[in-house]
Amino acid sequence: MQDFDYCRPASVAEALALLRDGVDSKLLAGGQSLLASMKLGLMAPARVIALDRIPTLRSSHEEQGQLRLGAMQTHGELAASPALQSWVPGLAQMAGHIADAQVRAMGTVGGSLANADPATCWPAGVLALGVTLITDRREIAADDFFTGLFGTALEPDELLCGIRLRRPRRMAYLKFEQPASRFALVGVAVAQFDEGGVRVALTGTTQGAARLPAFEQALAKRFDPAALQGLRVDENLMSADLHAGADYRAHLAAVLAGRVVQQALETSK
Amino acid sequence: MPRLALTINGQPQALDAAANTLLLDLLREHLQLTGSHRGCDTAQCGACTVRLNGKAVKACNVLALQADGGEVQTVESLSSQTNDSKTWHPMQIAFSKHHGLQCGFCTPGMLMRACAMADEGVPAEDGAVRKALAGNLCRCTGYEGIVGAVCEGMRRMRGEPIEAADAGL
Repeated sequence: MQDFDYCRPASVAEALALLRDGVDSKLLAGGQSLLASMKLGLMAPARVIALDRIPTLRSSHEEQGQLRLGAMQTHGELAASPALQSWVPGLAQMAGHIADAQVRAMGTVGGSLANADPATCWPAGVLALGVTLITDRREIAADDFFTGLFGTALEPDELLCGIRLRRPRRMAYLKFEQPASRFALVGVAVAQFDEGGVRVALTGTTQGAARLPAFEQALAKRFDPAALQGLRVDENLMSADLHAGADYRAHLAAVLAGRVVQQALETSK
Repeated sequence: MPRLALTINGQPQALDAAANTLLLDLLREHLQLTGSHRGCDTAQCGACTVRLNGKAVKACNVLALQADGGEVQTVESLSSQTNDSKTWHPMQIAFSKHHGLQCGFCTPGMLMRACAMADEGVPAEDGAVRKALAGNLCRCTGYEGIVGAVCEGMRRMRGEPIEAADAGL
């Protein structure tokens, strides 16, 4: 790994000033993806800006009748969070199944979302919930945040500070893991809201987390796995590699969609 | 070169290390604590697992600077040596008894993860242990012995009775 300067700002303002002074910098959240990229030489920033000393990024609280999570909260911390467990138990459960315990002790929700790896869980989870992503300067709807493979709407000098969730009636997430890496070959998240709306989001695609409008419309009429009968996921949407072809991933996605609806029904009677 | 201050196995340490130093290299190269092993170097196998502020982490995927100000425990912290005798940690005793190792390469990571699991309240049951131990791989296919060892080791650490089948061993 190429050497770099290491900075630990104590506030968002200080972090932003570092991002804007012209030095080639990368933000370090938990480092569970970034350090792997740097070891491979895929990234070689002149400076790493660690976000672990900024207290405002590290806690959850209720605001505007919604739950706000801090970008620097780890997967493990959120999986065990009483607030998240009571607000959206399905999302806490999703966080508790990311990678393994050691990775969950370091990796963060904000790092995962800002990295927008197409095989990760958080993007599908937040897209299904329709969360609001909060940055240092604005709020971005989940539908506008993901812009393709490892792509987000964040500006180069913009910092993701947290996300805000409304309470769904039900939410669940299921994935089929690649057993060595524990990344999702395919993951499906479903959320149903009190006004009857349903959102379904998918991971394991070529262009990052994506919604499945046909599945959403069918489930809005009847929230039951049987409502999805005959619906297929377009294989052109899915990524393909040595672990699974696009046709197999598309098939898995449709199977998981039925199962995740069943899981949502069973876990919130 | 940045200066780090951290506590390693109970000893406060002040060290100079380049920013790109991994926690694993700080332990192995700077402190000669070679019990933590470099296996895959991609945060998958868990052979490098140490505890950072009590939590099990993969030292090959953490910068030494991320541990600055923190407390690190490695496998070397488990046993204690006096002049003529060595006292083994309850988890080490259980690994020995259950034949929870073959070549031993994964063992330091297994032990550190297992000790963290004991503190996390993971039940001493087969399914729960396998799930909680998912980030540690053994290539000698020794999981039966490892899972048995972790169950008993956690019971020993918690002061709980050891199952009848194990009594007398």
